[in-house]
Amino acid sequence: MFYIYCPYCGEHREEEEFHPKGQAHIERPKEPEACSDEEWGNYLFFRDNPRGVHHEMWVHAVGCRKFFNMTRHTVSYEILETYKMGEQPSITADSQNQPREAAAVSDQEEVRA
Amino acid sequence: MSQSKQHQQQAYRLNTGGRIDRSRTLSFTFNGKRYQGHPGDTLASALLANGVDIVNRSFKYSRPRGIVAAGAEEPNAIVQLGSTEAAQVPNVRATQQALFNGLTACSTNGWPNVQRDLMGLVGKLGGQFMPPGFYYKTFMAPASMWLTYEKYIRKAAGLGRSPMEADPDSYDHLNQHCDVLVVGAGAAGLAAALAVARGGARVIVADEQEEMGGSLLASRETLDGKPADQWVAQVLEELADCENVTLLPRTTANGYHDHNFVTLHERRTEHLGETAPVVNGYRQVRSRMHRVRAGQVILATGAHERPLVYAGNDVPGNLLAGAVSTYIRRYGVAPGRKLVLSTSNDYGYRAALDWKEAGCEVVAIVDAREAPAGDWVDAARAQGIKIITGSAVIEAKGSNRVSAARVAKIDIDAFKVSGPIQELACDTIASSGGYSPVIHLASHTGARPTWRDDIIGFVPGLVKGVQACGGANGTYALGDVLAEGVEAGIRASAAIGHAAQPVSLPSAERLQQGPAVALFQVPHEKPTLRGPKQFVDLQNDVTAAGIELATREGFESIEHIKRYTAMGFGTDQGKLGNINGMAIAARCLGRSIPEVGTTVFRPNYTPVTFGAIVGRHSRDLFDPERYTALHQWHVERGAEFEDVGQWKRPWYYPQKVNGKTETLHEAVARECLAVRKKVGILDASTLGKIDIQGPDAREFLARIYTNKWEKLAVGKCRYGLMCKDDGMVTDDGVTSCLAENHFLMTTTTGGAAAILEWLELWHQTEWPELDVYFTSVTDHWATMTITGPEARKLLAEISDIDLDRDSFKFMDWRSGTVAGVPARVYRISFTGELTFEINVQANYAMHVWQTLFKHGEKYGLTPYGTETMHVLRAEKGFIIVGQETDGSVTPEDLGMQWCVGYDKPYSWIGKRALTRSDTKRENRKQLVGLRPKDPKVVLEEGAQIVLDPKHAIPMPMVGHVTSSYYSPILDSGFALAVVKGGHKKMGETVYLPMADGQTHEAEIVSTIFYDPKGERQNV
Amino acid sequence: MSNAATFDTRTDTAIPVESPLAYSYRHSGAPRGSGYRLKLRERAMLGHLILRGGAIVLDEAVRDVLGISLPGQPQGLVQDASGERSIQWLSPDEWLVIVPGGEEFPLETQLRERLGDAHFAISDVSGGQTLLEISGEAARELLMKTVIYDVHPSNFPVGKGVTTVFAKATTILRRPSEERWELVVRRSFADYCYRWLLDAGSEYGVNVEQ
Repeated sequence: MFYIYCPYCGEHREEEEFHPKGQAHIERPKEPEACSDEEWGNYLFFRDNPRGVHHEMWVHAVGCRKFFNMTRHTVSYEILETYKMGEQPSITADSQNQPREAAAVSDQEEVRA
Repeated sequence: MSQSKQHQQQAYRLNTGGRIDRSRTLSFTFNGKRYQGHPGDTLASALLANGVDIVNRSFKYSRPRGIVAAGAEEPNAIVQLGSTEAAQVPNVRATQQALFNGLTACSTNGWPNVQRDLMGLVGKLGGQFMPPGFYYKTFMAPASMWLTYEKYIRKAAGLGRSPMEADPDSYDHLNQHCDVLVVGAGAAGLAAALAVARGGARVIVADEQEEMGGSLLASRETLDGKPADQWVAQVLEELADCENVTLLPRTTANGYHDHNFVTLHERRTEHLGETAPVVNGYRQVRSRMHRVRAGQVILATGAHERPLVYAGNDVPGNLLAGAVSTYIRRYGVAPGRKLVLSTSNDYGYRAALDWKEAGCEVVAIVDAREAPAGDWVDAARAQGIKIITGSAVIEAKGSNRVSAARVAKIDIDAFKVSGPIQELACDTIASSGGYSPVIHLASHTGARPTWRDDIIGFVPGLVKGVQACGGANGTYALGDVLAEGVEAGIRASAAIGHAAQPVSLPSAERLQQGPAVALFQVPHEKPTLRGPKQFVDLQNDVTAAGIELATREGFESIEHIKRYTAMGFGTDQGKLGNINGMAIAARCLGRSIPEVGTTVFRPNYTPVTFGAIVGRHSRDLFDPERYTALHQWHVERGAEFEDVGQWKRPWYYPQKVNGKTETLHEAVARECLAVRKKVGILDASTLGKIDIQGPDAREFLARIYTNKWEKLAVGKCRYGLMCKDDGMVTDDGVTSCLAENHFLMTTTTGGAAAILEWLELWHQTEWPELDVYFTSVTDHWATMTITGPEARKLLAEISDIDLDRDSFKFMDWRSGTVAGVPARVYRISFTGELTFEINVQANYAMHVWQTLFKHGEKYGLTPYGTETMHVLRAEKGFIIVGQETDGSVTPEDLGMQWCVGYDKPYSWIGKRALTRSDTKRENRKQLVGLRPKDPKVVLEEGAQIVLDPKHAIPMPMVGHVTSSYYSPILDSGFALAVVKGGHKKMGETVYLPMADGQTHEAEIVSTIFYDPKGERQNV
Repeated sequence: MSNAATFDTRTDTAIPVESPLAYSYRHSGAPRGSGYRLKLRERAMLGHLILRGGAIVLDEAVRDVLGISLPGQPQGLVQDASGERSIQWLSPDEWLVIVPGGEEFPLETQLRERLGDAHFAISDVSGGQTLLEISGEAARELLMKTVIYDVHPSNFPVGKGVTTVFAKATTILRRPSEERWELVVRRSFADYCYRWLLDAGSEYGVNVEQ
């Protein structure tokens, strides 16, 4: 049972209010007809499944109904940050070893390591 | 024990001491016999007071078992409660069940009863022949016989039983939020709670016992020179007065889930009686699950004493040393007369001191250490108690009760008996092998526990947002425990931004203690595999020999050993035995305990009654039932209902004909013909409705639907298909143009919420530049569909709308009034007949519906349900998304190219996928009609279709039936189906082999069975 | 004008209406116990509008037409002096307006006039939801059984409102005053919610005012 900070409601809410929507930052090709079958297939069906830092899209379904992104650790389940649609993550697998101050997550610390 | 003691009430009750009320007597029944106890007793303490030695038969060997512990860790005293069938509660630990007047309990195991047990014979004779894996090895072959074996094994093993009658009590959930959750209200927990509470944070303190205070309630130690329970009372008083503190006694923290979500099980009335009491006329809630989201969690769960593993250690009369103290000091019961204590540490000495002070005889203290030294050791010496050093109890003698202890010098390192054996007559053996911190909750989070050599035990792994303190953290000296509790409170407060206030702690006695020795299994003069049984897990009858055998058979990982031997798989999760089992495995494998592995526990910490798990989500509140505004009418009309998502939709309306109620088939035939020949009415309010506004609404529709929208004029409606981007159909419905920038979309009943989310997804993530908003108006409108050749005449009687066929055309909508109520009327059709869909604000629906019936009688107005709706639409070849489609069907597979805008400028959702090689395949399953060769046959939905019924099995299957009904108007069965390459197979014959050996023949035909030119909707 | 269709779905003739709880009163009754610690009252037939648009677009028009300002902060609930009219934040571009029954259509019309060609949406949902008032000393505990959101006064002061989970359904929960909570439930779920509240409140005693 996650405790998720909704970046639009500005507070933590229970997981029951949210739906997970898969990997974040999957952009629909601007010109689908210009894609090869393989490219289109990759867009449709292929997703990352990392052990560690992962970016996911969620929707605050029972709440403000806004979609947003989440950086989550797939082993510890720690939510490292949530950020609005259109924004980029401040924490990535590469940046993960950097000091935590770099991450704007001061109000989301009560999650387990 | 002599038989005569059974006649003397509470022969083992002490005259003084304990937290029981001797002025009041409670009577209770155990295994059919009546006994007495006092308020403040647990069932276990009352049984011990009455000298009841055998409380159960063991799981596998059916050996007599007695009470071992005084708390949640009790492995043996598992009882079934309840004097009536409805009140049955299985799996209750007698040590955790408060005594109440009239309590009725019986042993969980034991067939036919605990005193005379048939399975005991198996234990005695067959015991040698039931090694670990016995059940797997013996009863699994032949496999077909397992069900037979299982029935008897289960009955003999006895795992408790559920009630067969409805539970009269209610249970519920409470969603709690707090800054700090303190689990355990012993010394550490209370100190922590005090520190946090004084800082003003919101605190919940949960403790599983009848009274808060933990070991302090029965401690021989003092605080500020006064009995420790006085400090407990003072702290509880202060906490109870704090508005920011919630005290939850009788509440077990059972599960620790992600992000500090903890489930607590509160037993609210279990201590009062079999059913919850009625207060001021209102029945109270029996049991409650608190779902707690905590900022910080303080685990002050204490430690469980570890028993020593020696031969015969399961004979009734073998207890934990700490339990002996608890029974004496807290419950005023001495669980025997003559005690031998076997210990590896100083803490165990307290049992002997308490025993002696209770006026009973301590035969000897047997200490595994060569030179024990410490304040309690000195106290025992001062009391004149005999101490035998460097030794241990190697075997308990006795069958139904301990009769003697065999004591010998032991060499722990060499694992052997190293001196002569003496036999000491006694009726009770208390043992202490040190403590195991209660790490269960912390390990629920996935954190691996850490072994600490200095305390000879595992402590919780590090978990963010969690502070472990006191016994749970491997700290046992009272003064240190209190200080650690306060520190945990301060750390937790700081972490959630509260400043904890200083707490001045009472001073505890500073006791000198000698180091403990690591002793788990005690050597016997015979090798483990050949000596008398030494039990590790009492509940699951796992012995030291079993573990040794497992290691010899090649099991190395403790997780595998556990599964092979079933160690720790009982309802007690091996609270007492797991560490001993790991130590034995480590010894056999020549490794250290941490090398063998760690034990990890799962929720729940103790068994939780299903009632509390279910809460109020049961019976008619199991799941929401959604009703339309016309539900009352449907109920009164005697409708049978169908579940569509959470909606209750009328399925059909059976009538009484000549005193007989119509069957589904009869009712549907009547309803179908009424629509085809006169006029029918359907409550279609459940269709999803989405209000779409904004200058880019039209463009949005063009991107999300497969077909074109740019020319749909105000006042017009259009059917639309929706695909996912993989090209597969996901929803359909009619969308109307209300104004240039305003549309009303309808969705399938089941898809309403998902489609709204789908629209928002595309708008919010891919096309935020489109100016458009979506709002659900599903519940605002009630939708009544009147359909059939008489529909126009009926509506004309009560509407001011011009219904002329040339001015109000098919796929038009108009607004006006119906029965005096403002209405939007849509001329669309899902039956193929002339249809008006009347939409009014739902609060007026009942009036409009009743007015239609007032006027409709002369036209033969007939209400019809979803079954008739399905038949009528299938006769017309109209698809139902989710029935004809299953997420693998494209618009082209459905033959709906007419609904695909191939040349739309924007590459709409699903378009690109339609040109993928797989979606272009010619042999895709395509929607066709099926006409059974025998018109009486109604094919089975889901039936597989083959081309050659003579083909050897397995036959190549080319498709399946998606919808199939009997058509009253055609007087024939008919079906829709998907068939590979079906569109090019018109007129061909296919075969449907059925499970009963019959094979049906059918012809592939058009999907439109009735009125192929579509003239009827235009009458 | 915004080129959207407006439609007054209400009629002022003496046509009978049925509130979303009409079925529930007949089917489950309306207990009027003594010594109850909970009061439940449906405020049926109110005008409910969903307002969509940017806060900057809507704010001035709402203040001019309704006399109260749009709550700009998440979870905000604002009422007029009489307490009869309210606006609640639902989302960064979505608000719920509740007014006395019959005022919703004139209000929509005025707002549309005032907002002109701006991009916004107004949807009348008056028939689709109903408002339940809960008061009494056990109100907060009843809500703890019912919604997963934290209803402690430190987290849920007067003037707050949220959309959250109600048992296995959803609700809008708001706190217009110290003593009173309001639930806005969807019509089709109203009976489930009503039965849930009666059941969950049974240990305290519930008094239903009709």
